[in-house]
Amino acid sequence: MSPKPILELHHISKQYVMGEAILDALKEVNLSIRANEYVAFIGPSGSGKSTLMNIVGCLDKPSSGEYILNGTPVAQLDDNALAHIRNREIGFIFQNFNLLGRANALHNVMQPLIYRGVSFSERKQMATAALQSVGLGDRLQHLPNQLSGGQRQRVAIARALVGKPTILLADEPTGNLDSSTSRDVMAMFDALHRQGHTIIVVTHDQNIANHCQRVIRLMDGQIQSDTVSAAAAKTQDAASRV
Amino acid sequence: MYSLLESLRSAFQAIRAHALRSFLTTLGIIIAVMSVIAVVSLIQGFSHSITSIFSNMGVNGLLITSNETQDEYLAGKVVRISPGDMQAIQHQIAGISKITPVLYLAGNGSGAVQYGDQVAYSGIYGTTSSHAENSPFYPVMGRYLTPSDDIGHRRVAVIGHTLLADLNLPKHPVGQFIEMFGQWFKIVGVLKELGNIAGQDQDDRIYIPYGTAHSLLGASNDVDIQIDLEVNNLKDIDSVAGQITQLLRRRHHLKPDEANDFEVQTSAQITATINKIFNMITLVLGSVVGISLLVGGIGIMNIMLVSVTERTREIGICKSLGARRSDILLQFLIEAVTLSLIGGVIGLLLGYGIGMLVAHLVPQFLGAHVPWWAIALAFCFSGGVGVLFGIAPAAKAASLNPIDALRYE
Repeated sequence: MSPKPILELHHISKQYVMGEAILDALKEVNLSIRANEYVAFIGPSGSGKSTLMNIVGCLDKPSSGEYILNGTPVAQLDDNALAHIRNREIGFIFQNFNLLGRANALHNVMQPLIYRGVSFSERKQMATAALQSVGLGDRLQHLPNQLSGGQRQRVAIARALVGKPTILLADEPTGNLDSSTSRDVMAMFDALHRQGHTIIVVTHDQNIANHCQRVIRLMDGQIQSDTVSAAAAKTQDAASRV
Repeated sequence: MYSLLESLRSAFQAIRAHALRSFLTTLGIIIAVMSVIAVVSLIQGFSHSITSIFSNMGVNGLLITSNETQDEYLAGKVVRISPGDMQAIQHQIAGISKITPVLYLAGNGSGAVQYGDQVAYSGIYGTTSSHAENSPFYPVMGRYLTPSDDIGHRRVAVIGHTLLADLNLPKHPVGQFIEMFGQWFKIVGVLKELGNIAGQDQDDRIYIPYGTAHSLLGASNDVDIQIDLEVNNLKDIDSVAGQITQLLRRRHHLKPDEANDFEVQTSAQITATINKIFNMITLVLGSVVGISLLVGGIGIMNIMLVSVTERTREIGICKSLGARRSDILLQFLIEAVTLSLIGGVIGLLLGYGIGMLVAHLVPQFLGAHVPWWAIALAFCFSGGVGVLFGIAPAAKAASLNPIDALRYE
């Protein structure tokens, strides 16, 4: 485990203007996450956890504060550079899957590779491999509406993984799934973490958060607690002793 | 490059996904291009057939006609090319042959002809045997005028096809007599059918020997003739035309500051003039119809704007996956261009079909002709319309904020 953080947030604030009122979604959040951490952002709705995830994923910009990703201050980057980061560094997994409805599973997974200029045959090969790794090798030609919720989420996971991103960002990944499918998806995250992926899961569900080693609890736009589970602490100690 | 191909694929996917809507959208372009091509093909076909008749005159032909200016006409001054002018040209200009006068005894439909009880009104012209060599005339029955007809001032006539019916002539009219100008003329030949050109029946004509026509006019020497001639060497054509011009100016006593009261035209000039007129008509009609392309373009812009709104989430997803502004811009622009190019191609085919159909139904047009530039223009225009009206919706899509687009319900 690298001691150097892959992402750092310093005094990150985000305000939304709602007519006359100004809403503080995030207030002075400080946070750093290292490689191969398995983190949960947990909190009730309106706590700022999704806003935090959007900022980490470079989908949204903070009102103030500094965000450093892989040593680069994100605030200095232009639109194209941000698109590049979303393409290379981040893999998103959304609550409502966000698959392209007209494209089959294979083309959905191939989509992020288009923006890297990967050739069609190579794209197809990589996407097929990614879909096989999530157990959908026999569903390549299915459209999203021909797949079950769990299968759709696995397509989304394959799409997030295909580009080998630095961080996997999952926003309520089990929010639209029944409990047994949820367990499957979380088992998949656990396995990905064991393979060395850095994963951030946004959830309001304590059971989901329990899968993670580090749980960051948000409340009213601030970090209320940041706890590392005993098991994870042990691994970290072991890592630091080496 | 990959993203260009991918945009094209995605454009076809989006167009297929809304097949009916796409068809209705592109209908504006289809109709516009169809009308442009149909109109252009018919006018060009029309012009093509006319120039092809004049091109029979031969590249080294010269045509000399009287030509009064507007002022001269209003002043009541009558200008003409006289038989004396022709003789002067014949004797004083070197390097020319097949000098053919055409004497307008009666213009189109103004000369009375009688066969039995049947009276018709036709164009009656006096000319010589060489006229047939300069023009696409040849007899399908009997013979054409001969030099001896001319010398002997014979009362013979060669008639156009239309007169067979108009005069109720027998099937083989050669040897029959018709009455014109109070004289009897023997029909010696019937000309090949030429059809209509610019609404004028080319077959409603009677040709009699020039000498005969001349004697019909008696002592009056104030006839106006047209002279066709051929220059032996094509490279001399300009100098011969210049010499004739000088000669006629002298004979017509024109002062140096006076304009010519005649025209000496080469067949190339005549063809060029006709082409110029038809190109002008094509341009005017084409651009009037072309305005409908703009209307079609507005239809495309409208539907593309709707499409951008509908697909806001899709745009958000693509942006979350790392699409740049340029990727999104290209995707929507290519979709608009594809849509209008499809319309262009369909319109082109339909327009060509309509041109062919009309040409078939109205044979006077003698065929539709689609010039390559009209096809290129139709393509460029429909593609251009796609770019012009696609750019605004595409820019709107590209500038969407990723998180707002993702949250769009």
